[in-house]
Amino acid sequence: MSTSVTRVPSYQRRMSVFWWVHKRSYFLFVMRELSSLFVAWFVVYLLMFIAAVGGGAEKYDAFLDRASSPLFLVVNAVALAFLVLHTITWFALTPQAMVLNLGGRRVPGVLIVAAQYVGLAAVSAFIYWLVVLA
Amino acid sequence: MDETITMQVTRYRPDKTTQPVPVDYQVPLRKEWTVLDGLNHIKATRDETLSFRWSCRMGICGSCGMNVDGEPRLTCGTFLSDYAPGPVRVEPLANFPIVKDLIVDLSDFMEKLPRVKPWIIRDDDVTEIDGEYLQTPEELDAYKQFSMCINCMLCYAACPVYGLDPDFVGPAAIALAERYDLDSRDHGSRERLDVLIERDGVWGCTFVGECTKVCPKHVDPAGAIQRYKLKAAQESVKAVLLPKAWRRTKGRR
Repeated sequence: MSTSVTRVPSYQRRMSVFWWVHKRSYFLFVMRELSSLFVAWFVVYLLMFIAAVGGGAEKYDAFLDRASSPLFLVVNAVALAFLVLHTITWFALTPQAMVLNLGGRRVPGVLIVAAQYVGLAAVSAFIYWLVVLA
Repeated sequence: MDETITMQVTRYRPDKTTQPVPVDYQVPLRKEWTVLDGLNHIKATRDETLSFRWSCRMGICGSCGMNVDGEPRLTCGTFLSDYAPGPVRVEPLANFPIVKDLIVDLSDFMEKLPRVKPWIIRDDDVTEIDGEYLQTPEELDAYKQFSMCINCMLCYAACPVYGLDPDFVGPAAIALAERYDLDSRDHGSRERLDVLIERDGVWGCTFVGECTKVCPKHVDPAGAIQRYKLKAAQESVKAVLLPKAWRRTKGRR
């Protein structure tokens, strides 16, 4: 279908490159987007770790040495902080994106968020058991 | 003498200035005065050329949206006393071209809205003459929230994606598409999805969530967009996995 809209002369504004600095919610959003890079870093780190484990004792020791260097420690500490931000912000957003109906009634958002934290705790406990206890 | 507050109002007079400039006005600070009352006071007593849109004064018509201290607000529901001692900045809605003073050009939205077909689409010949389409309260509840939109454009002013990429269909239009998709009388979800599955449709949204925060009618456009993304993703998977004939019949409700 075609629409005809009369355009009037107007003043165009441009968004500044730093549009996200002045407002807390925009800043948090950009940090949340940025956190994806650190999630990707942890995936790479995990793959490096698995490769080292598979490569025998020598490679594993070399990996541990590298991982305990100041640079790796700082990068991983920053990455962990971003990962926590990533988890908290996305968990908090889930109920908005996910509509669950049980018995004809919408499941409250707080339950969906709580279920994710329970899931996270369960997976963490299993990994702890697998790596440390088993 | 009454207490006053400074309103820093953006003026743009294309015949006099090349760009918008803030102009300070002192207005009485009264408990029951809204930002819109302040603007009307300026227009009545200081400068009758000050231009802005308004109509109902009760948050129904959606005409008086402006950026107040950087936040998109309906000025008829925003009280000056909340910004005391001031000054309070009153600017045209962000992300839209300015026509004059606080009036913005909304024709971009007017062009986009019909693209998502925000009306009931039937695939039979039944019309209202044949009788009513009855709905249960549950069926009404399914879409009621999204039908509350008053097209005030606050969500577009709050959306940085729209600010950066004006081709993005935008929050209100997608929320209205969802409103008709969720309507039990409607059969047009396939047609709307064809429009919204494009790059400038739902996938433009990065879930900033500000549209929902500023919505004066609690429509939750951000939620509508994410739900649409899920639908679009399911359709894409179906398109790969299922035979064509089956897809078509199942695409409709």
